[in-house]
Amino acid sequence: MTKALPSVSRPASPGFATFEEPRHSLLIDGDGEPDYSSIQTSDDFLALKRRITRFILPATLLFLAWYVTFVLLSAYAVDFMSTPLFGTVNVGLTMGFLQIVTTVIITMAYARYSKRKLDPQVEKVRALAETDEELA
Amino acid sequence: MTGTNTAINLSVFGVFVLLTLYIVYRVSTRNVSASDYYAAGSSFTGTQNGIALSGDFLSAASFLGISGAIAVNGYDGFMYSIGWVVAWLIGLMLISERLRNTGRFTMGDVMAFRMRQRPVRAAAANATLVISLFYMIAQMAGAGGLMALLLDVHSKVGQAVIIAVVGIVMVLYVLVGGMKGTTWVQIIKAVLLLLSVSLLTIFLIGKFGFDISSMLDRATQRSPLGEAVLSPGVKYGATGLSKIDFISLALALVLGTAALPHVLMRFYTVPNAREARKSVVWATWMMAIFYSCTLVIGFGAMALVGTDEITSAPGGENSAAPLLAFKIGGTVLLGIVCAVAFATILAVVAGLTLTASASFAHDVYANVIKHGEADPRDEVRVARITAVCVGVLAIAGGIAANGQNIAFLVALAFALAASANLPTLLYSMFWKRFNTRGTLWSIYGGLTSCLLLILFSPAISGSKSSVFPDVDFAFFPLANPGIVSIPLSFLAGFLGTVLGGERADAEKQAEMEVRGLTAIGSGLR
Repeated sequence: MTKALPSVSRPASPGFATFEEPRHSLLIDGDGEPDYSSIQTSDDFLALKRRITRFILPATLLFLAWYVTFVLLSAYAVDFMSTPLFGTVNVGLTMGFLQIVTTVIITMAYARYSKRKLDPQVEKVRALAETDEELA
Repeated sequence: MTGTNTAINLSVFGVFVLLTLYIVYRVSTRNVSASDYYAAGSSFTGTQNGIALSGDFLSAASFLGISGAIAVNGYDGFMYSIGWVVAWLIGLMLISERLRNTGRFTMGDVMAFRMRQRPVRAAAANATLVISLFYMIAQMAGAGGLMALLLDVHSKVGQAVIIAVVGIVMVLYVLVGGMKGTTWVQIIKAVLLLLSVSLLTIFLIGKFGFDISSMLDRATQRSPLGEAVLSPGVKYGATGLSKIDFISLALALVLGTAALPHVLMRFYTVPNAREARKSVVWATWMMAIFYSCTLVIGFGAMALVGTDEITSAPGGENSAAPLLAFKIGGTVLLGIVCAVAFATILAVVAGLTLTASASFAHDVYANVIKHGEADPRDEVRVARITAVCVGVLAIAGGIAANGQNIAFLVALAFALAASANLPTLLYSMFWKRFNTRGTLWSIYGGLTSCLLLILFSPAISGSKSSVFPDVDFAFFPLANPGIVSIPLSFLAGFLGTVLGGERADAEKQAEMEVRGLTAIGSGLR
C-alpha cells in the first residue's frame, strides 16, 4: 500500500471544496491505510452486504433443502422414488438428475447476479478507500 | 488380458507422463518465489483454473469408483455423483471469493486472519495434513487396484512397486513444477478425462438408440438385483441404521467438497475474486457434465458387461469403466481409458502433495516456528522437503491400504473436511464474535471426533470388509461419521466462543469482512 498524501485523508478545507469534492468520502486513516471500521459501517458497504445476503441466503437454503429432501426421500420413501415416470426411468433417477440441473441453474443465476448487482457495488466500496496513486 | 494389451496401456501411459513432465519443466520458472511455488504467481485465468479445479476434484474415486458403484449398486452409487455436484454451490456462494480476497496461499491464512496466529495456523496445518493424507492414501490404493486390472499385476509386491512409481512421478511434478506445473497437469488431465467420458457416453447412448429407458431396462436384466438397482436402498436400505449411514454420507459429500484443502488452495492461483467465481462456474459445468456421464457409463457397464463380471474382475467394482471400454473399443480404448484413469490419480495426488507441503511450510514453518519472519527461499525449500516426506508417507499408506474401496476411503476424507474445516471457515467469515478459542475447538473438535469415530467404526474393525476383519472394537455403528462429527464441530466452535476466551478483535474482524467482500487492502484488483 502506498502512503496517501495527508491532504487526501483529512476533510478538505472550504477553499478547496470544489477541487476535493469527488473524494470527500475517502475512508483512509492517517497512514494511508484503509479505515476498515468506517468502511464496514458505510452505507455503500452495508448495501453491498444486503445485496449479497438477498441472493445467497435464500439460494443456499433452497438448494440445501432440495438436496436434503432428495436424500430423505431416497432413504425413507423408496416406493415413491421407484415409481416409473417414463419407461424404466423412475422418480428417484429423475429427481437426482434434476439436482444436477438446478445446481447449474443456480450457478448461472449467481454468476449473472454478481456481475450485475454485486461487482458494481464492490467498485463503489473500493472507491471509498482508493489512494492517491490508484486514482492517478 | 494379454501381453499386447499391457504394452499398449504402458505406452499410452508412458507418453502421458513424458509429455506432462516436459510441460511441467517448460512452464516452471527457474527462480521460484513462494508465490510462484504455492499459487503459480496467481497468474491463471478463471477458465484455466476452473478446468484445473475440476481436474483436482475428479479423482480416480470419481471416475472408477463412481462408475463402478453405479454399475454394482445402481441408484445408491448415483448418490455420490449428486452430492459432489450440488456441493459446488457452497464453494461458489460462500467460500471462493472471500477466500481469494482474504488469504494468500493456504487455508490457514483465512482461519488465522483475525485470530492468534500460531495456534490457529498449527491447527489448520494439522487438519490439512490429515485430510490430504487420507485422500492421498485413497488415491494411491486406487492406483494399486487399477494396475491389478491393467497390467495384470496380481502380486502384492508388484502392485506396491507401481504405487511407489506413482508416488515418485507425482513428487517430481511438484518439485519441478510447483503450482504452475501441477495446474497444467490438472488441465491436461481434466480435458482428457472429460473427453473420454463424453465420448463413451455418446457412444453408449447411441448404441441404445438414444433411449435411456431401454439402456436401464437392459441393465436390470444383467444385474442379479433386477429392477431393484434402479431404486434406492440396494446398498444402504437394509436397516434403519444403514439408512442413517446413507444420510451421513450424503451430508459429508455436500459439506466436505468446498472445505477440502487442495480445492481451497486452487482459489489462490487466480488474480482476483471475479476470476475465482468464474473458476467455480467452469468447474460446476465440468462436474455437471462429468457426473451425468458417469450415470450413463455406470448403467451402461451394467448393461453391457454385467454386474457379475465386474465384481469378479481383478479390480472389483473399480474396474467397471475399464471393462466397459474393453467391451466397446477393444484393447486400444481400454488402454486409453486406463491411461486417463492413471493420469487422474497421478494429477490428483500431485495436487494433494503440493497442498500438504504448502501448508506445512507456510503455516507451520514460516508462521509457527519462524514467527512469520522466514526467508521466502527457505520457506520454499522447506515446502519441497515436505513434499518428498509426504510422498514417502503416501506411498507407504497406499501400499498398506491397497485393496480397499476407494470411493469409500475418499468419503471419509470428505467427512474429515466437512467436520474440521467447513464450520471453522463459515464461522470466521460470517460470525463476528467467533474467537481464537472457538476456532481451535471447532478444528480440533471436528478433526478428533471424526478420527475417533472412524477408528471405532465398522470401516476399521468388526466386519468382513473392514481393515482389521478379525478383531472387533467397532462400538460406533456408522461407517461414515459425518452426521455426528459435523454438528459436533459446529457446536464446539459455538461453545468455545461463547464460554469465554479472549474477545474477538473487532478491528481485525472489520478488516476481514471488508477485505473478504471487496479485496480492499489485499492488493488484488
